[in-house]
Amino acid sequence: MAIPSSLPANRPIRIALLGNPNTGKSTLFNCLTGLRQKVGNYPGVTVQRKTGSMLLGLERAEIIDLPGTYSLAADSPDERVVVDALLGEMESVEPPDLALCIVDATNLQRNLFLVYQIAQLGIPVVLALNHWDSARRRNIVVDLPCLREELGVPVVPISAARAEGVAELRQAVAEAVRSKPLLKPVPWPETVSLAIATVEELCAAELDRELSQAEILRSLFDEDRRYLSRAGVGDEQVGRAIEAGRRELFKGGLNPGNAETVLLYRHIKDKIEPCVNASDSRRGGGSESIDSILTHKVWGLIAFLGLMYVVFQSVYSWAAPFMDLIDAGKGMIQDLVGGWLTGWPMLQSMATDGVVEGVGAVFIFLPQILILFFFVALLEDTGYMARAAFLMDKLFSWCGLSGKSFVPLLSSYACAIPGVMATRTIQDPKARLITILLAPFMSCSARLPVYVLLIGAFIEPSYGAAVAGATLFVMHFVGLLVAMPFVYLANRYVLKIPPQPFLLEMPSYQVPKVRDVALRMYNQGKEFVVNAGTVIFAITIVIWALLYFPRGPEVEAQTREAFLSEVATEQAVSLPEAEALLESDEELVAQLDHAIASAYTEQSYMGRIGKTAQPVFALAGFDWKITVGVIAAFPAREVIISTLGIIYSLGGDTDEESGDLRATMAAQTWPSGERMGQPIFTIPVVSALMVFFALCQQCGATVAVVSQETSWRYGVFSFVFMTGLAWLASVIVYQVGSLF
Amino acid sequence: MAGEERLKTLNDLRQGQSAKISSYLPRFAAARRLMELGLMPGVTVRFVKSAPLGDPIALEVEGRHLSLRRRDAAMISVQAL
Repeated sequence: MAIPSSLPANRPIRIALLGNPNTGKSTLFNCLTGLRQKVGNYPGVTVQRKTGSMLLGLERAEIIDLPGTYSLAADSPDERVVVDALLGEMESVEPPDLALCIVDATNLQRNLFLVYQIAQLGIPVVLALNHWDSARRRNIVVDLPCLREELGVPVVPISAARAEGVAELRQAVAEAVRSKPLLKPVPWPETVSLAIATVEELCAAELDRELSQAEILRSLFDEDRRYLSRAGVGDEQVGRAIEAGRRELFKGGLNPGNAETVLLYRHIKDKIEPCVNASDSRRGGGSESIDSILTHKVWGLIAFLGLMYVVFQSVYSWAAPFMDLIDAGKGMIQDLVGGWLTGWPMLQSMATDGVVEGVGAVFIFLPQILILFFFVALLEDTGYMARAAFLMDKLFSWCGLSGKSFVPLLSSYACAIPGVMATRTIQDPKARLITILLAPFMSCSARLPVYVLLIGAFIEPSYGAAVAGATLFVMHFVGLLVAMPFVYLANRYVLKIPPQPFLLEMPSYQVPKVRDVALRMYNQGKEFVVNAGTVIFAITIVIWALLYFPRGPEVEAQTREAFLSEVATEQAVSLPEAEALLESDEELVAQLDHAIASAYTEQSYMGRIGKTAQPVFALAGFDWKITVGVIAAFPAREVIISTLGIIYSLGGDTDEESGDLRATMAAQTWPSGERMGQPIFTIPVVSALMVFFALCQQCGATVAVVSQETSWRYGVFSFVFMTGLAWLASVIVYQVGSLF
Repeated sequence: MAGEERLKTLNDLRQGQSAKISSYLPRFAAARRLMELGLMPGVTVRFVKSAPLGDPIALEVEGRHLSLRRRDAAMISVQAL
């Protein structure tokens, strides 16, 4: 049958971009697509999915940037995604028409390993030989016609960083879409053919469809059961067939565990030997001399700490003005919208405290995310991230984390949201998951106001400034210290994710490309707003509703009446006189407003939940007002301060430095029961409350981001675990503290 | 020398020392991964340095710098050059 000269117009050409890590794949992708990119996740896994659209002559083609891997032996999620996407076994990902493989011209042998594995899946291949300029600088001479002849596919030398050879690459891809060049097949030895035949024979009876040679090879070499299962072979027979095939390999003198690696490496070596002349194949001296400082026992650590200080400061402090700006903008819009809706109090409240607040709650995180990813992109694109992991690994490896956990955990001290997102730099799925679950325990900046309020109001007056400062310092490590034993246990006994060997390639140092850094920031920010942002927005609306409803009209009237009689008693005047006073005294009006807001909060659903939940928190010494504050703070920790302000009739604008709030809290006494008349905020209660905030997952945005980066299961787990732990720890602190 | 009597592994190399990979110890699950990154038997590696805290170690293999943990390095037997 003749191959149609062009594809049907309704079906776009699909190209998969593949390559080893550190080959300049992202730079090439950005170069080919520019801003025409879409970022998302693959269904069911947390591997980032990047697609874009590129121009091929006059047509547009879809290009999918698959994760960078060294091989197709699918033991990591990244590799699984690559194999499944190429085989067309991934939901919503169509199999590609062509694999555009980017390889490092200075390291052909290793890079071609993946290319050969890809080609065996029967996909046409075009080879982009990147770092062509540095290969020449290092006197590595690649005979292109020879390589094309030996491999049987188009080979285009490029320098992605300088956008050289990209036009030629586009043209080669456009031609290859039609000519479908296939890599010359690997002449597997007799033993492998026998093993393939064995598998085929044992499966023949149960197959729904024919198996490709590539599927059988992957089953054999990787002991991966998925390929045969998907072709309809029953579980038992899959195991039997793979075992028999591998026994065949063993009989032929091959070690089934590494037969493919050994055979393919040897084959590639023979293929490229006549085409590559490397008179000096050693890496450019530059990187090693930089490393003599940056991974030095002393200077390396100093440089590392200095760099991390800058990263932390930038997320912690430099983001603040931008966050203030967003906050001020939010306030202006709230005033503006509130002004339009003065006649409709419910709509007004929903628009300002629900919708605008919710949008603000999403965008407030953007400065920190963008700044952190600016640094993450710099650290990764320069090649320093691998060195940082090398320096720090020992500190983390004992509990299943990796050296790459450092940057995400440090950033979480500013905010867990960008911290959790930064775990994408960790390839090992187990280390990544543990880092994500640990990140919310780091003392983020939203906990600080709570500590400042409580320490300022109760610790400092009783014990002085030195103890207050020490307490604040200790509070920053409570989460980390309490979480570490659990991390150790989870790594040892709970998480059944097979550990990946720690294997770090330390790429040559590179100057990062502005476009790559900018696109990384843009994509991360957009993804956060679209995915986690939607959830954060929804949570804000729900919390608003819980605090607003029900809103019986009698509450305002009753509060007003009670307030007036109080004023009348206090000032020894009659009720009508008190009413006249209220007309003229602005301060009294404000007090009344605050009293009404307090009454509404008390009888709102949130207030009722707080009162109902109080017995649970009574074990930690909390009264119903603290309990409402704690529960209202679940979407965001700092909310407890404004909520306490409302409940104590001081208004919602109260902040942690407010003397009124501190004095009011100090004056709170138990209204009834055995402790009647005694102060509520004793040192054990204050300590319990701070420990609760240190450990609890009181951040809807973090739950949303943990879910976005893992799955809903882990988002829910993180929430339930941290909340339970926080409750338990605060009860222990209170009960033990009360003994003294 | 006494050191040559027992099998040497990558983990036993001193800073700056080069060696040829001879084999992987049996039942080392990560062997394939390391081989895919170029640590094939027969290849020459140079022990560049260990991290400031002693672990992991940095190696040079065919012009590339790789890092692995000592636990894994101890599974690769080498012949010192």
